[in-house]
Amino acid sequence: MSDTHAQTVSYVRETMLAPQDPPRSQTGAVKWVHENLFSGWINTGLTLISLLVIFWLVSGISPWLLNSVWRAGSLSECRAILDGTSGACFAVIVDRWHQLLFGFYPPALYWRPVLALLLLFVALAPVLFTGLPRRMLAFSALYPFIGYHLIWGGSLWFPVTALMGFGVGALAYLLMRKLNNLAAIFAAILAPVLWWVFAAGPLDSALYSIMPLGLDFVRSDRIGGFLISMIVGVSAISLSLPLGILLALGRQSDMVFIKTVCVVFIEFIRGVPLITLLLFASLLLNFFLPPGTSFDLILRVIIMLTFFASAYMAEVIRGGLAALPKGQYEAADALGLDYWKAQRLIIMPQALKISIPGIVNTFIGMFKDTTLLVFIAILEPLALANAIRADTNWNGIYWELFIFIGALFFIFCFGMSRYSMYLERKLKTDHR
Amino acid sequence: MRKSVFVGAFAASALVAGLAQAQSTLEQVKNRGELVCGSNTGQVGFGAPDANGVWQGFDVGFCRALAAAVLGDPMAVTFVPLTSQTRFSALASSEVDVLARNTTWTFTRDVDLSLTFVGTNYYDGQGFMVNRELGVSSALELDGATVCIQTGTTTELNLADYFRINGMDYEPVPVDTAAEAQQQYLAGACDVYTDDVSALASSRAAFAEPGDHVILPEVVSKEPLGPVVRQGDDNWADIVQWTLFALIAAEELGVTSANVEEMKTGSNNPEVGRLLGTTGGFGDMLGLDNDWAARAIAAVGNYGELFANTIGDQTPIGLARGLNAQWTQGGLLYAPPFR
Repeated sequence: MSDTHAQTVSYVRETMLAPQDPPRSQTGAVKWVHENLFSGWINTGLTLISLLVIFWLVSGISPWLLNSVWRAGSLSECRAILDGTSGACFAVIVDRWHQLLFGFYPPALYWRPVLALLLLFVALAPVLFTGLPRRMLAFSALYPFIGYHLIWGGSLWFPVTALMGFGVGALAYLLMRKLNNLAAIFAAILAPVLWWVFAAGPLDSALYSIMPLGLDFVRSDRIGGFLISMIVGVSAISLSLPLGILLALGRQSDMVFIKTVCVVFIEFIRGVPLITLLLFASLLLNFFLPPGTSFDLILRVIIMLTFFASAYMAEVIRGGLAALPKGQYEAADALGLDYWKAQRLIIMPQALKISIPGIVNTFIGMFKDTTLLVFIAILEPLALANAIRADTNWNGIYWELFIFIGALFFIFCFGMSRYSMYLERKLKTDHR
Repeated sequence: MRKSVFVGAFAASALVAGLAQAQSTLEQVKNRGELVCGSNTGQVGFGAPDANGVWQGFDVGFCRALAAAVLGDPMAVTFVPLTSQTRFSALASSEVDVLARNTTWTFTRDVDLSLTFVGTNYYDGQGFMVNRELGVSSALELDGATVCIQTGTTTELNLADYFRINGMDYEPVPVDTAAEAQQQYLAGACDVYTDDVSALASSRAAFAEPGDHVILPEVVSKEPLGPVVRQGDDNWADIVQWTLFALIAAEELGVTSANVEEMKTGSNNPEVGRLLGTTGGFGDMLGLDNDWAARAIAAVGNYGELFANTIGDQTPIGLARGLNAQWTQGGLLYAPPFR
């Protein structure tokens, strides 16, 4: 065959040509720019307009930002240094950053909230990353008590006796289980409540009088700034997920009473603006409680925000449940699993995976909603910005404080959003 | 499990409350060892926390004087910052014992909201600030102006009244705080910024070019600002009221924080004796001890000292005494006699 054309063709090339580079207009940055920015006269026009807008924004803001003053004692000093030129006065952040972060927490004790934050990451790590040893979860379970004690201080026996309540509950459950399963569940709920109401307080003071261990007590109204956003945000986020799951399951339940309670709760909370609930917690609740009661405002707010977030969470998770094919439920039944096992092993892992973007969305919304606390006069960062402005030294300063607060919120929300994307990639099993 | 924590907390608080029921405000304050004072979320010169978190200011000073009179310690005060929307509910729901937060004394607040205004610690009035370039020299030339106005305050209503009386139109630009109003005004979102004259003066002092802005001569309203208590506890209202009168009377009688101890014995004016508790036993009648007024004056000084230290003309805010001078100096301060 190879000789077929030997007499008709004088020359046949027997080696391959070395591949040539593609034309310069078809590679690298030039191609990308051509395809993405200048691929037609409409797109070219839009690109030019966008560039103009960006240039206009940057040229407007950057002189102000680059010409900023970091060392000054007051706004008038800032203005004297700037000498008529336009520039930011970030000296206010240098002067008051500790207030924006910690509120009026005693400066000598700043190590306590900082340590609490570091331990929070240690406690979160095994929850967020499955690669870590499971034993670390024991620390995560203890963290709420450690964190409370670090931030508020007071008698060490207070969190210890509170923790003992759970032990009492477990004990009651074990004792009563021999008699009746339902009674055991009731006992497991009732016993810790009785313990907390009647026994924990006296035991705490008794133990404290014998062995006065503990950190200096810091009052709730000293706590402010980002510390309070973190306390309220993290508590509400971590409490709202389990509560939301229970509400979502309750809403799908066949038991009329449970279903009604869950539906009414969810629809009521979702139908009322958050600010109304917060005003209720801060002002109206006192009309219902007997006079002279002091029921910590931060606790009230955490409860309200948890309720609010859990109602939304329940609906997000219900979306996940609805997205599961009916076959999954039937398969669980066919395997002979009971309700809780089916939920734990088959339904929830899939439903939660589907709901991750929605759940994180709710978390981020929740965290940012903590700024609404400014309306009930809790010293969160925006309220502190008001207070800082009311100082004669800094009266008249505006954007610098908002930029700082916005940047801090951005870091946390962006972190949460990146984590959720990591989790989605990790749990992706559909091989699309 | 989490739910049960909340239930426990509710039950515990109800239990504690059962024991503390039906106490007068004075008893509550004494048992607590602390006065809870509703204050501004931050008003320059009148009330704001400083760099160390210690509240300072003119209204704050009054709360400290009250705490000194009742509890003997001017620092035994918790300040609860309240916005203009939440202040009355917080007082009505016993969240605070007294509200000292530049609140205007009006008929409806006093009668309809069931509050008791015990007196006036600052006579203010609403004014207008405009840019000098506008060339306006009287508020009557403001027809058709856009006006920055804080919502939920009496200034909002006064503005409407003033423009209606004079047959003028205006376009309101509602803002929430003084800081926001300053930004809007400086950015040109409104031609006019209206607020109490004291607030206008402190805002203008914070501007980069204070000289570019004029406060118009018209004062269009009466704004008697003073401490407020709940209606229904007359003894507590008397204590708050006479603490205020004690500070005012002390200035009139020449008692200052520096000389209060020597005036106790060294004065031959019997009214000073009654004020400072050496004769008359007035403290007992209030349910306090006889040193109450002396402690209040020693803590923050008399009215004149408090004014000078927080908002007077030596401070950056630089307010003149004006209407807030003693009646003998042509002002409106007039404390009833201690007799």
